Amino acid sequence: MGRYLAGRLLQAVATILIAVVVVFLLIRLLPNNPVLSRFGQHAVPEQVAIEMARQGWDQPLLVQLKNFIASALGDGDLGESFFLNETVVEGIERTFPATLELALSALMLAVPLGVVAGVAAAVWRNRLPDYLCMSGSLLGVSVPVFFLGICLMFMFPQMPTRGRLPLGADFDASSGFIVIESLFRGRFDIFNAALRHLCLPAIALSTIPMAVIARITRSSMLDVLSADYVRTARAKGASPPRVVARHALPNAGIPITNIAGLQIGVLLTGAVLTETVFDWPGMGTHLVDAVRLSDYNVVQGCTLMIVTLFVAISLALDMIYLWLDPRIRFSGGADG
Amino acid sequence: MAEPEFQSRAWRRFRRSRSAWIGGLLVGLCMFGALAADLLAPYGPTDRGAKTFLRPSAEHFLGTDSHEYDVFTRTLYGARLSLLASVVSVGIAITIGGFSGAVAGYFGGWTDSLILRSIDILLAFPGILIALLVVVALEPSWTAVILAVGVLNVPVFCRQVRATVLTVRDLDYVTACRALGATPGYTLRRAILPSLVNPIIVLATLGLGTAILEVAGLSFLGIAGQPDEPEWGNMLAEAKNHLATTFYPALAPGVAISLAVLGFNLLGDGLRDALDPRLHGRDE
Repeated sequence: MGRYLAGRLLQAVATILIAVVVVFLLIRLLPNNPVLSRFGQHAVPEQVAIEMARQGWDQPLLVQLKNFIASALGDGDLGESFFLNETVVEGIERTFPATLELALSALMLAVPLGVVAGVAAAVWRNRLPDYLCMSGSLLGVSVPVFFLGICLMFMFPQMPTRGRLPLGADFDASSGFIVIESLFRGRFDIFNAALRHLCLPAIALSTIPMAVIARITRSSMLDVLSADYVRTARAKGASPPRVVARHALPNAGIPITNIAGLQIGVLLTGAVLTETVFDWPGMGTHLVDAVRLSDYNVVQGCTLMIVTLFVAISLALDMIYLWLDPRIRFSGGADG
Repeated sequence: MAEPEFQSRAWRRFRRSRSAWIGGLLVGLCMFGALAADLLAPYGPTDRGAKTFLRPSAEHFLGTDSHEYDVFTRTLYGARLSLLASVVSVGIAITIGGFSGAVAGYFGGWTDSLILRSIDILLAFPGILIALLVVVALEPSWTAVILAVGVLNVPVFCRQVRATVLTVRDLDYVTACRALGATPGYTLRRAILPSLVNPIIVLATLGLGTAILEVAGLSFLGIAGQPDEPEWGNMLAEAKNHLATTFYPALAPGVAISLAVLGFNLLGDGLRDALDPRLHGRDE
């Protein structure tokens, strides 16, 4: 058990470290010169050289890598943006709350609806709810989120479709989390506006996770519903809702928790497309802008941030798994 | 492997599956549109019409967009670009993933651990991030997008091929082949490859669906090729900018992507049911 945890932790750290090295080398070894792209086509060689030296890009790669890791770990410094007048960390701090707000709202839509749809499909198997749920989830994974977003904008023309607040809204969220902060500060007009702005992007973003969760719920419920102990429960006279809610769902819950957790990672990054559609000022649009401009430090910083989050989430999930399932707890590992 | 009995039974299962029929029809339609775009399209992909944002009419089947282009024409040509990009990137994924998976499964030991670890690291990155990184390293272009989507799909093929090779590797007929003095390359090609064909066909079909979504997504973000190229993602990005004026130009490319992806998903499911008897009857 302890050994498993230690191994798992080590693996997570190694993954992040390798990701750092890969991202770092990928950006520096490939043909696209970051400084040249900053000066455009008519770069003056001396200017380029000065800028290279200022960024430390003229040093040997290994020295650069060492410096980068040292300053990232030492004082959380990931460099500066080439184009925006801010450091990479400031950029992440500015945009991350918006992404988190959107991702959590989408998750709050996707989990309950997906689980309910999946349970309904399993209980009324091969009947109308099942067909509806299955074709709905097939559609959910087939329609691209950016087209869905455009359709939503067309269907609800009275809903706001750009950004987090109306233009000129008089509110400065110091934490970045507009919905919660406006509620705490008693600004209900802002709270209301922020929620309205959140609606369409959250719906669009929630479809794919909802479809995935519904499918997994259905198949793991089907597995459990045909188990002997469920038949026993039925035979003892437990009412059908009780059988589903008390006997079947908890045991079907482990794969569902896992998938739902993995979706958090998907939501945080899947938001790239949704954020672009709705001009949502989150980390996704920030990253895509940086890719378009070849703003390397920002790309590097955002990537590392996202990878670290991703790894941390899957680590946390394994821990939850361990805690939820005694069989895993005693056999010593999630992978068997 | 090539027992006629299995094949005819698989074919019968395939024909009976409704999802395979619908999927095949949608995929066929999409391919036909792509191949016959020159014949079917009333205009050239960069011919400008009379006005921007024309409503659908006899001259312009699906209207015109913000550049006076004919939407119907460009949706047809878009099928060509999208399908081509997806097929090439899935091809890349099959080549890299298949080769590494076969090597990992066949040789085992440290080769296996090395390849598996690399795949795990690839999976530790969220998909779209890998794509963005590849694009940023190579400068935004179609080549970069195709490569990116290819790399993205390597793990799927690598893992499946490795798993299949592992189950087949120690079967008697493969051992016999080796005992007769066959080199690893020969054994992999002649004894093991045939059992890889079916799973790869299924995964490639499903993979094409995802690839279309990913290609369209990346070009929607504006990091593939030129903005006025007739490609579904591009068209949607352009249409989105003029949503306040009209919704029509977004409809055709959006529906086209959705139907193409749906088609490949259904066809892949149908093929899986038909070709993989072990799975049959489990999930229905």
